[in-house]
Amino acid sequence: MHRVPMRSLFPIIVTIIAFGAVALERGGGTIQSSSVISAANAAAADGALFTPVATVLRHPRCMNCHPRDDHPRQGDDRHVHQQNVVRGDDNLGFVNMRCTACHREENNNYSGVPGAPSWHLAPVSMGWQGLSDADLCATLKDEDKNGGKTIAALVEHMSSDKLVLWGWAPGGKRAPVSTPHPQFVTELKAWAAAGAPCPVASK
Amino acid sequence: MTIKFKVNGEARSVDAEPETPLLWVLRDELKLTGTKFGCGAALCGACTIHLDGEAVRSCQIQARDVEGRDVTTIEGVKGDVAAAVKAAWIQLDVVQCGYCQSGQVMAAVGLLSQIPKPSDDDINKAMDGNICRCNTYHRIRAAIHEAAKSLAG
Repeated sequence: MHRVPMRSLFPIIVTIIAFGAVALERGGGTIQSSSVISAANAAAADGALFTPVATVLRHPRCMNCHPRDDHPRQGDDRHVHQQNVVRGDDNLGFVNMRCTACHREENNNYSGVPGAPSWHLAPVSMGWQGLSDADLCATLKDEDKNGGKTIAALVEHMSSDKLVLWGWAPGGKRAPVSTPHPQFVTELKAWAAAGAPCPVASK
Repeated sequence: MTIKFKVNGEARSVDAEPETPLLWVLRDELKLTGTKFGCGAALCGACTIHLDGEAVRSCQIQARDVEGRDVTTIEGVKGDVAAAVKAAWIQLDVVQCGYCQSGQVMAAVGLLSQIPKPSDDDINKAMDGNICRCNTYHRIRAAIHEAAKSLAG
């Protein structure tokens, strides 16, 4: 049976506490109830809900194709792609070295070369390497950077896009994303339902 | 399954398992042995052919991928760019052992077809996937520049 993580329940818990506190206050409740609300709201506002999302986005299966430079990475150690492969003008590779010259619609079980539909690099505006949680979250949500995706569209993208889903079934000796995909989607939706709060940038 | 596609302009039909690498369809079924096996893992470029005019590694293309498509191999590549590349290769005596050279030529034609006057950086990006154990890289680079010059008139 799938275990629902506590983080996914967080917005619900916040709501229940808030309603309870309002009721208490109307009934002459204590100051302590208000402080619980404040603490809960503060926790929600600080973007803690994004932490499990960031953990997934930082996995090599995701991060390797979200470089901030022109070179895709490969392997669990995220080394620079062999053969001087570069992103090209359309994020699909350079002349002769297009992604599809080697990466096809599915994994090649004979050679070990990975494949999935629409194999490509994320645009440089969606480069994630080296970003803090706060910057990663802000970048993810920025429609000027993410291809005009709303939060709902981001959730849909990470829930059902075939290239994204490949990260959970990469084949060969590649490590799949460690968080199970259903759990990730639950956590993602919890973050979205709370208004997609981002962590506060550390100073 | 029966796969119908064009090879060097001719309609061909082969019976092959869908996952058979195109390289083996070309070499074993169609006897087009100019395309070489090097690594089988898209690491060396010896098996480079053109699929609908674009350079690809035939060891990674599966038979089912080419249904209804145009494949060009070293035996059939032609046109002004191919002629210029061939002439430059001969003029500069590029080849040493020759094993990788069909892939090198197909890649050079692919590059010059899209970038008629490539810079050294363009050549690096487009040709780094084609490995030469004889280390003829400097002559390959010179020959690409020479072919570009002849094409420009």
